Amino acid sequence: MSNLIYLDNAATTQPAPEAVAAMTMALTRQYFNPSALYAAGYEARKAMEAFRASLASRLGARQVVFTSGGTEANNLAIRGLLQNARKPGRVLLSAVEHPSVAQACHSLRARHEVLPLPVDAQGLLDLDAASRLMTSDTLLICLMQVNNEVGAIQPVEALVRLRDQLCPDALLHVDGVQGFLRLPLLLGGGIDSCTLSAHKVHGPKGVGALALGARARLQPQILGGQQEEGLRAGTENTAGIAGFEAAVKAWPSARQTRQMKVRLYEGLLRRLPDLVLNGPEPQGDQAVEHILNLSFPPLQGQTLMHALEARGVLVSQGSACAARSRKPSLTLQGMGVARKRQDSALRFSLSHQTTKEDIDTAVQACAEAYTELKPYTRR
Amino acid sequence: MEQLLLVKYAEVHLKGQNRPYFQRLLLRNIRAAAAPFGATARLHDSRIFVSGYDDEAACIQGIQKVFGVHAVSPAIAMDKEDFGAICAQAARMMDGLSGSFKVLARRADKRYPLDSPLIAAQAGGFILQQHPQLRVDVKTPEHELQIEIRDQALLYVRSYPGAGGLPSGSSGRAMLLLSGGIDSPVAGYRVARRGVALSAVYFHSFPYTGEQVKDKVITLARVLAGFCGEVRLHVVPFTEIQQAIHQRCPEDFTTLIMRRCMMRIAQRLATRDKALALITGESIGQVASQTLQALACTDAVVDSPVFRPLIGTDKLEIIREAQAIGSYETSILPYEDCCTVFTPRHPVTHPSLRQAQRAEQPLLEEGQLDAMLDRAVTQAELLKITP
Repeated sequence: MSNLIYLDNAATTQPAPEAVAAMTMALTRQYFNPSALYAAGYEARKAMEAFRASLASRLGARQVVFTSGGTEANNLAIRGLLQNARKPGRVLLSAVEHPSVAQACHSLRARHEVLPLPVDAQGLLDLDAASRLMTSDTLLICLMQVNNEVGAIQPVEALVRLRDQLCPDALLHVDGVQGFLRLPLLLGGGIDSCTLSAHKVHGPKGVGALALGARARLQPQILGGQQEEGLRAGTENTAGIAGFEAAVKAWPSARQTRQMKVRLYEGLLRRLPDLVLNGPEPQGDQAVEHILNLSFPPLQGQTLMHALEARGVLVSQGSACAARSRKPSLTLQGMGVARKRQDSALRFSLSHQTTKEDIDTAVQACAEAYTELKPYTRR
Repeated sequence: MEQLLLVKYAEVHLKGQNRPYFQRLLLRNIRAAAAPFGATARLHDSRIFVSGYDDEAACIQGIQKVFGVHAVSPAIAMDKEDFGAICAQAARMMDGLSGSFKVLARRADKRYPLDSPLIAAQAGGFILQQHPQLRVDVKTPEHELQIEIRDQALLYVRSYPGAGGLPSGSSGRAMLLLSGGIDSPVAGYRVARRGVALSAVYFHSFPYTGEQVKDKVITLARVLAGFCGEVRLHVVPFTEIQQAIHQRCPEDFTTLIMRRCMMRIAQRLATRDKALALITGESIGQVASQTLQALACTDAVVDSPVFRPLIGTDKLEIIREAQAIGSYETSILPYEDCCTVFTPRHPVTHPSLRQAQRAEQPLLEEGQLDAMLDRAVTQAELLKITP
């Protein structure tokens, strides 16, 4: 398909040319095993370690462990941090976490008390409710930096302050997959671990990282080698890591993403006054620059998605990790959104490459498809 | 000595003067099923033998699925003159078995010096000597070792059930209305099992249903093709008709009218494919469009007979059968196959034909329905699905 307008960047992004070039180089020239002792292997290690160090200093982390992606990093953090817990306690997670966080937490239910922290109607953590659940026996709290479905920027710093006050020993894990590079994050500020993923920032799939703060002590979840300081066995994905590094370097500091998102929202609102915003105001500080979630009642989100696909505009209904199940969106459900509005929701997620023309074409396609399909909805 | 598979056929035996025709078709289908394993099949002495396979277990599984096969037995064919060697081979074939057994002998070659009871008794005695853990039970044995004396001696003890039915292609062709659900593949299987070649029609409602549903239906057609050979799958664009029904007809009749339109399209494609009947997965009362009244209304728009092999079955029985033929796992994949948008809240359950016709009237103005049906049939995509 040519002339695709790709607005599903929260699912994955197109790898930057720099990332592809770096990977090609790593696969063709620097393919040596970084654990090998000869010079060529050592060169591969040095390249990888340089990026590890730069990530650590960017995030204020004591240590960075490369993983196969965000899902593995979340599992490693949650299960790895609690494996050493001397006694049972509480594990708290926001009600709108990614399934890799939620299911890793729920896997600990046999020993620990796992409780969800409610969010408000915009998908933001309810700090009052959270403070009531943060008891002194809390071992771990999980809060994503940015919600992947509605783009709500979570009050991580406020949660850190609450934690320091109410349960200073509890570790705080932040899933930073959607916020990395788009928003600042520092582990020195009281966060104990943070998950990153390359393919959400124009790097390759299959590589991510877990950044660890001073207090975090992990048990490895994959055994069989001393790589990653014994925290994650297996030969490192050197090509993926090289692509990740190149993508981070190529990330532009000046971006128009938010302006484009607001243009999309306002354009759609002008043409389709019936649409409903899910999540925080797109212009506001509580919304991330690239994610916009809208409901198009009375249409089914899936129908509109296919109709947009036929017009060359790719969007999604919500998290790609849940798209193949029939379950409604966990985030919208957690926000207390009515089922019908959930069913008619679509997520638009932009990249810094999204142009004004892309947005205008998408608005036009959306308005056309909506108008065409609206007469055929349930009476 | 040669290892081979003895294929026993079921109902073909009962055929009279047509028997060679059925045998030929069965042989052709078994050859096709055995070919991927490098095996050849031959008809000899009114039995089918398969030999030369590279993977016995897989080859047996392939042949078990051929309609018309009653059972498949791995067998040893050997020289019949040395009876001592036959007994030794019989004992070897009982290695690893325990419990009760009997030997069943059949002497087709009446010049053979030992008669059937004697063959059975002597071979059985030898087996018992070699395998004291076994005991003889001639009434309800757990294992039955068969020795047949023809131009060679043939021995077999294990037997795997076949799919039964009649050889595919022996009973003409029918058109299956195939959705992504659990029932229709089972209905298609039941009819195909009687030797009927399958065409199928799937109604695609983009953008209400996506490509995944189409792929799901293709996978289901492939499951059926594994039994009955190539399935001619027609993918019919149905959105225009659904939208027109939704817009112009009374809501409680929309599902019924949709079914009538599907049947009309299936009928046209059936004529084109020389299919002599339509097949649906309906079962009485399962949903509103499957009451007796509703079924009468859908039948009224077609001339061909409509076969509904699941008409008297319960959902659980259908699910079990779907699991047995291997379509269930695909059928329950969570892609919408019928867009909920078009499902009326309160579909009519006891429609009369006259009411249905009246509800359909708005579609018929100026030959619009005919034009839409024509378009759907012309734009249908034909996929030839092989196993």
